[in-house]
Amino acid sequence: MVSASSVEPQALADMQSGPALKVRGYWASVAYRLRYDYLTLFFGGMVILVILSAIFAPLLAPMDPYQSSMINRLKPIGYKDFLLGTDELGRDLLSRLLYGGRISLTMGVLPVVIATLVGGTLGVIAGFVGGKVNMAIMRIMDVFYAFPSILLAVAISGAMGGGIVNGMVSLTLIFIPPLCRVAETATSQVRSLDFVEAARASGAGTFSIISVHILGNVLGPILIYSSSLVSVSILIASGLSFLGLGVTPPEPDWGLMLNTLRQAIYINPVICALPGVAILITSISFNLVSDGLRSAMDVRL
Amino acid sequence: MTAYIIRRLLYAIPIALGVSMVCFALVYIAPGDPLQTLLPEDASAETIEMVKKAYGFDKPIPVQYALWLGKVLTGDFGNSIASGRAVSEELFKALANTILLAAGAVAIAFSLAFAMGTVAGYWVGSKVDRFVTGVAVVGVSIPNYWLAIVLVIIFAVELNVLPATGMGPRGSDTFELLTWDHFRHVILPIFTLSMIPIGIITRTTRSCVAETLNQDFVETLRAKGLVESQVLLHVIRNSLPQVLAVMGLQFGYLMGGSILVETIFTWPGTGFLLNKAILTRDIPVLQGTILVLAMIFVATNLVIDLCQTAIDPRLKRS
Repeated sequence: MVSASSVEPQALADMQSGPALKVRGYWASVAYRLRYDYLTLFFGGMVILVILSAIFAPLLAPMDPYQSSMINRLKPIGYKDFLLGTDELGRDLLSRLLYGGRISLTMGVLPVVIATLVGGTLGVIAGFVGGKVNMAIMRIMDVFYAFPSILLAVAISGAMGGGIVNGMVSLTLIFIPPLCRVAETATSQVRSLDFVEAARASGAGTFSIISVHILGNVLGPILIYSSSLVSVSILIASGLSFLGLGVTPPEPDWGLMLNTLRQAIYINPVICALPGVAILITSISFNLVSDGLRSAMDVRL
Repeated sequence: MTAYIIRRLLYAIPIALGVSMVCFALVYIAPGDPLQTLLPEDASAETIEMVKKAYGFDKPIPVQYALWLGKVLTGDFGNSIASGRAVSEELFKALANTILLAAGAVAIAFSLAFAMGTVAGYWVGSKVDRFVTGVAVVGVSIPNYWLAIVLVIIFAVELNVLPATGMGPRGSDTFELLTWDHFRHVILPIFTLSMIPIGIITRTTRSCVAETLNQDFVETLRAKGLVESQVLLHVIRNSLPQVLAVMGLQFGYLMGGSILVETIFTWPGTGFLLNKAILTRDIPVLQGTILVLAMIFVATNLVIDLCQTAIDPRLKRS
């Protein structure tokens, strides 16, 4: 490889000054496209805000999220010191929403991360090795693909019993097959390209072909796809908690809060809708950021 | 075509078997002894012996699976722990109610989303397009269990024009679509369930129409002097197969994914049945319901594939 310093200084200056020939690198052009995509930037800010407020919940929460009070049940927004009112046990709703973000985001992000590692690895192996290995892996994935995702999550966590861990295990299991399929498709497309052939001809080993030539080209589509799953994961995780299959009381979780507050729709309907607003804002933000990244990175799935 | 149908059917068999294995395994991933999960706590010694024999719990697992599969194929899903009645009895009644919701939701979603998606795809980048894309994003991001609660708050609590729960007056569990007293119960659940399909079908239609408009044949149509409305008709006809496929898939998803919405509206369908089974840890009901719903999903996929190939024979080769 020719380093920049070995090129004649004058030639280098010519290359840089030529206005018509200014060529951006891939990541520079992604950043350039993102810089003018105000919608993505705005919702990217929202994502960061949601994540930060979950991390710093103990500092931000005005009250103890577990402290109940029988005389302050289901108070409206702005009642005394309760900025967003209180829930059915008189606990401060704002504090519970902030703390709830911790569990809801963890249940949204962690299963996708694990599924990306497992599914991505399986998919790359299936796509790269091909033949019988591909058959075996992809046919097993087809079986899990044959379940609607919510149904499979409900089935697994329903049979194993509720709880955060079982909920996350079932979420991870439903995201492995689609990620594996995306990774497999991307890998088998790249595998037959000339530069992989060239690398093999020049004596590169299997490991270095995968880690240098394959991964560099399939990581984009895989990560974009898994970023689009975060919003789905948050929705299903809250759904599981809503059914009593995820988080157990008294832990604050947006889905669970939505369920317990549901009994109070005749008393204080505005309060009952608030946890859902938190879920909606989070899931829209993750969705739009993922869409924006996809078009900025020019990935087609 | 016949050869293709047979090949596709043969391919579906291992998938169906795999699905049945996963459902069979549900009893084993449940904590505790599988025998306990299949029997009520107060079962007598004779019943325990009987079930042990019937399920073959003294035999190796592959034999147990074969025995179970044989029963399932004849429509015997065992007995509910909670009610003691045959699972199939409750299941098929609930299934009809869920199909009603899913079919209604998909029909509404298709008519709205296809119109919106076509307009957006025809004028990509316009204000209308941005509005439609926004609606689609909200559709796929909105938690439908939350939407259900908000709709109940607005239409049942505040305005008091539509019922909050149930499928008919005075807890009726039969349904007549043409009676207003019944029909008003179906409005909110169907509208709620249609949100996700609206988002997804709109997106698909938009990108299909926009892509088709860029193809060469559209230029030819214009060159030979067709008016724009007729050009659009050709474009729609070319995008329809893919959109219909997505619609079919959404029907399958709704069949399996209506558990939350049915629970909120206490709509006596499969989702409500599942929720009850989870709360009472009624594993036979859980297993049977999930098996049937997953099989419907497999069958839906099969039908979509065959229909698509019938419309567009080019797909046969891939």
